[in-house]
Amino acid sequence: MSNNLLFGAADATVHPKSSRSTSGLTPYTGVWTKNEVVHLLKRTLFGATFDDINYFLSQGMNDSVNELLNASVSPPAPPLKNYTNTDDDAYATFGQTWVNSPPVPGVTGLRGASLKAWWMGLMINQSRSIEQKMTLCWQNHFATQIQNYAEPRYGYRYLETIRANALGNFKALTKAITLEPAMLVYLNGNKNKKGVPDENYARELQELFCIGKGPNSLYTEDDVKAAARVLTGYRDDSLNNTSYFDPARHDATDKQFSTFYNNTVILGQSGPNGQNELDDLLDMLFLNEECALFVCRKLYRFFVYYTIDADIETNVIVPLAQVFRANNYDIKPVLSILFKSEHFFDMANRSCMIKSSVDFTVGFCRENKLVFPDATALQNQYYFWLLGEQFSATMAQDLLDQPSVAGWPAYYQEPAFHELWINSDTMPKRKNFTDGLLYAGVTKSGYKLIMDTIALTATFSDPSNPNTLIDDVLTMMYTMEVSAAWKAYLKTYTLLSGQASDYYWTNAWNDYVADPTNASKKQIVLTRLQYMYAFIMEMPEYQLS
Amino acid sequence: MKRRTFLKATPVAVLPALLSGMTIKAFGASPLISALTANDSDTDHVLVLIQMTGGNDGLNTVIPLDQYSALSGLRSNILINSSKVLPLNGTTATGLHPAMPEMQQMYNDGKLRIVQSVGYPNPNFSHFRATDIWVTGADSNQNLPTGVMGRYLNYEYPNFPSGYPNATMTDPLAIQIGSFVSPLFQGPTVNMAMAISDPTSLYNLLNGVQDPVPATNAGKELAYVRTIAGQTQTYTQVIKDAATSVTSQGAYPANNDLADQLKIVARLIGGGLKTRVYLVNIGGFDTHSGQVVAGATDTGDHATLLAKLSSAIKAFQDDLQGLGVADRVTGMTFSEFGRRIVSNYSEGTDHGAAAPLFVFGNKVIPGILGNNPTISTATTVNDNLPMQYDFRSVYASLLQDWFCVPKTVIDNTMLLQNFQALPLVDPSGCTSTAVHDINSKAGINLIRNYPNPFVEKTKIEFTTGGGQTLVQVFDGEGKLIKVLIDQDMAQGKYVVDFYNENLLPGLYYARLQNGVVAQVASMIIAK
Repeated sequence: MSNNLLFGAADATVHPKSSRSTSGLTPYTGVWTKNEVVHLLKRTLFGATFDDINYFLSQGMNDSVNELLNASVSPPAPPLKNYTNTDDDAYATFGQTWVNSPPVPGVTGLRGASLKAWWMGLMINQSRSIEQKMTLCWQNHFATQIQNYAEPRYGYRYLETIRANALGNFKALTKAITLEPAMLVYLNGNKNKKGVPDENYARELQELFCIGKGPNSLYTEDDVKAAARVLTGYRDDSLNNTSYFDPARHDATDKQFSTFYNNTVILGQSGPNGQNELDDLLDMLFLNEECALFVCRKLYRFFVYYTIDADIETNVIVPLAQVFRANNYDIKPVLSILFKSEHFFDMANRSCMIKSSVDFTVGFCRENKLVFPDATALQNQYYFWLLGEQFSATMAQDLLDQPSVAGWPAYYQEPAFHELWINSDTMPKRKNFTDGLLYAGVTKSGYKLIMDTIALTATFSDPSNPNTLIDDVLTMMYTMEVSAAWKAYLKTYTLLSGQASDYYWTNAWNDYVADPTNASKKQIVLTRLQYMYAFIMEMPEYQLS
Repeated sequence: MKRRTFLKATPVAVLPALLSGMTIKAFGASPLISALTANDSDTDHVLVLIQMTGGNDGLNTVIPLDQYSALSGLRSNILINSSKVLPLNGTTATGLHPAMPEMQQMYNDGKLRIVQSVGYPNPNFSHFRATDIWVTGADSNQNLPTGVMGRYLNYEYPNFPSGYPNATMTDPLAIQIGSFVSPLFQGPTVNMAMAISDPTSLYNLLNGVQDPVPATNAGKELAYVRTIAGQTQTYTQVIKDAATSVTSQGAYPANNDLADQLKIVARLIGGGLKTRVYLVNIGGFDTHSGQVVAGATDTGDHATLLAKLSSAIKAFQDDLQGLGVADRVTGMTFSEFGRRIVSNYSEGTDHGAAAPLFVFGNKVIPGILGNNPTISTATTVNDNLPMQYDFRSVYASLLQDWFCVPKTVIDNTMLLQNFQALPLVDPSGCTSTAVHDINSKAGINLIRNYPNPFVEKTKIEFTTGGGQTLVQVFDGEGKLIKVLIDQDMAQGKYVVDFYNENLLPGLYYARLQNGVVAQVASMIIAK
């Protein structure tokens, strides 16, 4: 079998050349077919629904990217109190948000679960915008562990800070995160005071958030110590759900940095002016060329692929970093140029992302149109959102709870990177999850969350034609082309139950459509569709995006 | 530490069954664990189902010679010359299609049972619906979400896949040769079977149809996921071990896909797998046209298919004999329906109803069950053969006499109520049902410890069904460290403390023995 089969040589459309690793940020001018649409959507959203594929197909590449980069106009409604033990959480009312209510130790876990469920719900119900995926990207970049700071109100405002800045300015986001109570607690910034500085945040601000450990990153241990002194004086206040600057704890002496930072001296300031030193520190960090390079590499690994060779560094990372700096660290111009580039649509970069656990979970729910309970059934709604979150958590991706401040290892751990999402533990769990929601569903308080296989199938172009049906499903679920022989086998042993003629499926589907309340006719198509979907989602191709 | 508060307050009951499971995977792999939980041997009977997809023409398979004059008026263009029909010992009324000399010999050797006119009331003529009826065991107007064998296996192994494999059932419950698992094996929550196309290379190949890996980043990742997918098949090793332990097999006919499949089945059975049910498939029986070659009615598509069926089954039977496992195996054929009595003008037959099926093996009660169908000369093109035996009676009888399932269970749990007991296999081979108790407890944790890992002390919680109860602690090498409980106890849940008395950090096991049940939990002593 020739490799041509893999890239749809059967159709006459001109596709981009494959294996071209030298492509750069030149605007992509190639074809705009479903293949390109699906590639863009799988990378920027969670899954590519069939509706979205058709919608963006008619938009063209430029407009599609522009629309995907739109941030939401107003913040989402905050998480609600979805539990009923009012004795313990008397400050909040069932069905109202708890984010403005004082902390109650006994309900920390319940509020935390509410927060995680809520975020999962936001992802499942995402609009045609990269905002939620970008939020996930930055939350991982500025990773914390809610288990550690253990204050869900901090978690909520930290997450909302990330979302509100996700497509804004990276420098502003970094400053905001520095002052977030969650981060102050997590990396001990709230314990950092003059005389006995705690270097924890100062180190990670450079190593993990702004400068990185690239080959040209040469900041020194003294730079860490100096930055720690700049950052003395910040405190968190859980009662008022805020952070503040305490001049009495601030080290007001001058801070000397190394040649890596051009021997910068940050002049010590006292009183309330002490907090101006944070701006001086960020100005210094963001002046350094390593900053944009480091963050662009991080974005590249999140959205394109994890291997960055010399060509990619030269042709993609360096020019992207220049764009980042030229735009004063505005995020959107960088993403726009990347997603409109030849490099992004290069065949060499298609289908090569292994879906993260969140991408797998949320993408499954969205592509297969799972119907979650609405807000009138609040407890059930949050239950099922949390179910999705917990599923992802059992597969090493727990929202708001990275294993360490370095984030999920799939985004930094050489040499395996994304391959870390798939192992002998997670692979069977992924199948358990898809099979579970495909066949039996999950029932809670009278509500059954289950894939409505027939309803989904009815949305495709011609469900009565087994060939186009399989093509449509594979277009949505896979980013790789599969051979005609593979598809024929799939058809014969699922939709046709081993029979030789397509019309057996066509008749069965048409019989059902003509008499949809007939249980027997429905069961005939349901059984075959379930086997088809199960098999498609069991194949390794489904793990790639 | 605040962390503890947070964890404590997180709702723990949120995870339904679909999120759990699979964690027990390493359990069956350890020889020590197997030894610690070893118990009674199970019934070792195996059922091999051969699905003849498309609807087999029964009247041209098991040929009613005594109805010839009527048949010659109704299907003259496909009727096989009576002089070519293969005779069977002890009867002149019934013979086999001339393409089936191997099954003729099996019949004459007492290894073949023919069941006449198997069907069900109000037959359905749709391939899909009729297949669903056959594999789910439903009434014609009933929809069942589970398969017949799925229900049987769910009765025998109720918590599968949680708790599997384990020391009692180390192997797949059911195996289908190919890449897809049939609804026949659909249980209440999961399909109980696994699909295998090559027992030595268990990556789920589409019957050899596997697209190559492209020379791109995507290809690298696809190859990676494929590797992991192959490695994480829970049963990879036991299947490979079984397959490789069989170094020589009998001869099988070439260019015969059914024979290829049965050869794999024989190899796995011969290699010692305890797998209860196998399903293989031969397609192409939908002979609307060209069923026979005009003027040479003993040749054509149907003859080719029956020749494959016959030669493959005989080769399989001989191979099982040679491997020394033939007494353990019974086979059965089925097809979603028979074909019309009256043939059409294109040397074929359209969808029909009842048809004969075959049961084969060393333990069958040989001969023909039932009478030849009576064919009226007044038969019209729309008429069908009436059923003599309900297909669910065939299932029910095999479950009862071959798998030793109690009649009450067959009636209720299997949804095969009040079906006729048919003499198909020798029922004397049924063994004790003690193992059923073990299987039904698998996946339920009867013993656990907390905290785990621990340093100085842990609590071991266990559930006894009552009577003599033994709780022991072993180290990672199987050395008995302590006996914590050894007494007659009332049924219930108990907790006993276990103290680390100068033990080295590492892996330990707590073992519960109660009646036929033995379970082991692993414990970690931390530094």
